[in-house]
Amino acid sequence: MTDAILSTHGITKSFGALKASDDITLDLRPGEIHAVIGPNGAGKSTLIGQISGSLAPDAGTVRFLGQDVTRETVRARAQRGLGRTFQISALAMEDTVLQNALLGALGASGRPWRFFGSALRNRPLRDRAEAALDRVGLGDVASVRTAELSHGQRRLLEVAVALTLDPKAFVMDEPMAGLGSEGSKQLTGFLDSLRTEAPILLVEHDMDAVFALADRISVLVYGRVIATGTVDEIRADPAVREAYLGDAA
Amino acid sequence: MTREAAVNAVILLLLVAVPGWALYADEPFTITLATRAVIFALAAVGLNIALGLGGLVSLGHAVYFGLGGYAMGVLASHAQNYTPLMEWPFVIEGTKSMPVIWLTAIVVSAIAALLIGLLALRTSGVYFIMITLAFGQMIYFFAISWPAYGGEDGLSIYVRNGFPGLNTLVPIQFYGLCLALLLIVLLFSALLARSPFGLALNAARQVPHRVETVGLDPVRLKLVALVISGAITGLAGALFADLNRFVSPTMLSWQMSGEIMVFVIIGGVARLFGPVAGAVIFVLLEHLLGGISEYWQVFLGIVLLLIVLSGKGGVIGMLAGRGRAHD
Ligand SMILES: Nc1ncnc2c1ncn2[C@@H]1O[C@H](COP(=O)(O)OP(=O)(O)OP(=O)(O)O)[C@@H](O)[C@H]1O
Ligand SMILES: [Mg+2]
Repeated sequence: MTDAILSTHGITKSFGALKASDDITLDLRPGEIHAVIGPNGAGKSTLIGQISGSLAPDAGTVRFLGQDVTRETVRARAQRGLGRTFQISALAMEDTVLQNALLGALGASGRPWRFFGSALRNRPLRDRAEAALDRVGLGDVASVRTAELSHGQRRLLEVAVALTLDPKAFVMDEPMAGLGSEGSKQLTGFLDSLRTEAPILLVEHDMDAVFALADRISVLVYGRVIATGTVDEIRADPAVREAYLGDAA
Repeated sequence: MTREAAVNAVILLLLVAVPGWALYADEPFTITLATRAVIFALAAVGLNIALGLGGLVSLGHAVYFGLGGYAMGVLASHAQNYTPLMEWPFVIEGTKSMPVIWLTAIVVSAIAALLIGLLALRTSGVYFIMITLAFGQMIYFFAISWPAYGGEDGLSIYVRNGFPGLNTLVPIQFYGLCLALLLIVLLFSALLARSPFGLALNAARQVPHRVETVGLDPVRLKLVALVISGAITGLAGALFADLNRFVSPTMLSWQMSGEIMVFVIIGGVARLFGPVAGAVIFVLLEHLLGGISEYWQVFLGIVLLLIVLSGKGGVIGMLAGRGRAHD
């Protein structure tokens, strides 16, 4: 526990009578991919929201890099090095792919109050943005309007924007959703190499990807973690099979 | 050159050629109309920074326009009456110097925008519109009920304020001054849209949660946009009062706010020259149709409706096609 990069302790969150997070304690250690799986509506995105700061927990704490960040804003956590991707792509659709990546680079620079000089021609910003795009294979479409990208390309851009921040930990909400098998395979390969840079808390429905990538898996059902363990442990867990995996395992 | 750049160049050419012709043909009224259009354009370029880039539907930009007007009125009236503006704790004299008046107008409206923004930006959507409108009404009624500076009747200035090296009483010289300011602000606005700040603001309009996730504050970005926007509209207000040598609460009215917004919408939201095209068209319609019928605004309404329903992004959008400028 002590060397965890990111951890939650007894996170609880209710929406009216619905307990979307019920005493969730989990952690993310250096170099690992920790997958969070669970059926639709289990509370995965709600958990991510509380970790990244867009939702406040009713009880419990979130720790990041040794600090209690429970009361910190999304912005403060991002500045500390938390790189989040959204389940529903959050991109500036009217802007080009490059401009979206530049936004990340600008955030990483911490200096948005520059009113003169072209953002596109700013070398440091542009280098950082283009490097991130190249890494996910979007270098060729840098000047395309984001609205014209395929769904799969948007998912990749979502990851690229997080990359520009050089995060200390990634929190990804279903990055593979809607990618198709070819795209999933590619992104799986990429995330596999990414874990050495920063650990990844990965919410994902794609079981092939989860089993291929995860060092550990936590299973969330009705807001509760019913099991945490290695791939083999989770596959063998009877409660998990009943609640979620069914025949897939 | 893109089509939009060509359209912009034509507008620019008209702004030089028409008053130039009017000077040659000795038509001073045309120059006055052109001055009116250029000043309205300046006010709308200001609004376009909040509205087009920041997505802030401010229905209270008359506040800044009017404050700019009153900055001129108050300073110039004290100067013409030889009474100081204030004697304690230190003496502030009135002035007839345009640069000082402009600076005052800019600072006062920027401060107003900051205060209004701090409150209004806690909300969004319809509530934001309503709060900006409410502030406008508050200040409007304050101006009406405050007798020191003319109350409802407004303030008249006998002689237009001065600018070093120019005779501002000559219409074409005052026009040139206003046009120069408009061009400077257009240049600034073009640079702003391409700057790192512009990039972040542009994203804050579309996906504020994304902007937060990269460690930036979308609300603060919008606040700064509103301050810049208000300052520019305030500068326009000072010029407008100087054009008419008169300022009254009308400049602070919600109808004025609506008109500034109409300029932007007619011309094209988020288009660099949209506010200019919109203001020119408005002043033309006002002049041509206003002579025919008192109800000319009905025609304006129809024009506005057609433009909005066509969904092409204002007149600039119709002429230059779709697509945002900066890439
Ligand atoms: N803001 C909200 N207000 C009320 N209920 C909410 C809110 N957000 C989520 N919920 C509810 O909380 C539960 C958990 O939602 P959440 O989005 O976290 O699930 P999820 O595990 O991410 O599901 P999915 O796999 O479909 O993405 C759901 O029942 C959802 O309807
Ligand atoms: Mg979800």
